Amino acid sequence: MFSLFLAIAGPGIIVMVADNDAGGITTYTVTGALFLFSFIWIEILLGPVAYICQEMTVRLGAITKRGHAEAIFDAFGSFWGWFSLLDLTLTDFLTIVTEFIGMTAALSIFGVPPLITVIVVICLIMSMVISGRYWTWEKIVLALCALNLIYVPAVFLVNPPLHPLLSGFIPAFPFGLTGTVIFFIMANVGTTIAPWMIFFQQSSVVDKGLQEKDIKYSRLDTALGACFTVICAVACIVIFATLLPKGNIQDAATGALRIMSVNRAVGIAVAIGLFDAGLLGAICISLASSWAWGEVFGWPHSLNHNFKAAPGFYVLRLLILIGAGIIVLIPGAPLILITLFVQVIAVTLLPAALTFLLLLLNEEDVVGKHKNTKIQNILAIIIIGSIIVLATLYAIGTIFPSLFG
Amino acid sequence: MANPIRNLINRIREINEKYSKPRIKMSRPVKFALLALRIYLIFLIILLLYRFIITIH
Repeated sequence: MFSLFLAIAGPGIIVMVADNDAGGITTYTVTGALFLFSFIWIEILLGPVAYICQEMTVRLGAITKRGHAEAIFDAFGSFWGWFSLLDLTLTDFLTIVTEFIGMTAALSIFGVPPLITVIVVICLIMSMVISGRYWTWEKIVLALCALNLIYVPAVFLVNPPLHPLLSGFIPAFPFGLTGTVIFFIMANVGTTIAPWMIFFQQSSVVDKGLQEKDIKYSRLDTALGACFTVICAVACIVIFATLLPKGNIQDAATGALRIMSVNRAVGIAVAIGLFDAGLLGAICISLASSWAWGEVFGWPHSLNHNFKAAPGFYVLRLLILIGAGIIVLIPGAPLILITLFVQVIAVTLLPAALTFLLLLLNEEDVVGKHKNTKIQNILAIIIIGSIIVLATLYAIGTIFPSLFG
Repeated sequence: MANPIRNLINRIREINEKYSKPRIKMSRPVKFALLALRIYLIFLIILLLYRFIITIH
């Protein structure tokens, strides 16, 4: 039974851990430094939220054997199909730019020039698929996911104060419900579910060849991934709340540098974690887009194909990575603007992707006996509705920064 | 050079034809959801345009 789970596990853990990408780690570090341990309970609540959304993609992928992009084209027609595909590509591209920003910043701490980082990362990502086997790729990415948990041993090195740490598990707002607190709640919710995650996991389930009978273990895989993502987020918050309380930091790399002056080992761990988070994000997000285009255009689009067998799939992925890498290397490129713009663009796609997911999971013709139950629908509607409202407010807050103080 | 572009345009035409009719049953909740999504997108576009205009001025 356990070996069967090991064979099926992968897509859920990968998507959830990759959710803690460079942007996510930055959000947690700034949150920890600003609001100390008070956001821990919010991160714990967000675990089940991510699970409920992603579990639906497992059922849809395993039963229909189609990725989310193809499913949208088929069910809702070409208008919504093209909208989703193009918006996904733009959002993914800009998000990968932010992953490169995180990775170059992390490695610059060790004196690695950004050009070298970009070249090495692109070569590394493309070399993972040389074997033309999904399993090989998945094993490498799972090892990178394990490295993402580097924040956990780092927590034991910082010796967090026990009482404030435990009080962080109790739902409360010790800093009040000010505009800034609300803005950071929205930012943390925004990092929990991103459009690429829905497309990625559904395509991943299809590419791995998971079937209806595998749904039970795939759910477990997704739940385990949700636990890992929460553990990593909480660990990150604890480190920054302990070592840089009330520290005015803007990003994780600056935080890692400042932590290095307090505790060198932890600072190095934070920098490695940030690089790994960006790498995982770039791997998964570039795949989400390539899979989507392959599905819609009918190109061979499996990681079980080598480059010769699926040139369109791999060339598109390579172009996305090179394009994003070049933007980061351009001197004076508006990287901060891009980072802010990603949130706004993502919000144009997130409600559509989640709504389509929910509607498809209510179609007996599509998912048969695996359609949502009444309880699943109530939970999904509450969660999806809340995510849409909070993510939209966050985007509006990004466009009009004075709105939340 | 013209051939790959022509092939791409033809492929897009084929995709549009293949998916010209939504396969989902247009029940009341589905119609409502799609209408809400359209309104939501229009709202966001107006907001972005407004921000763009006030930034320019």
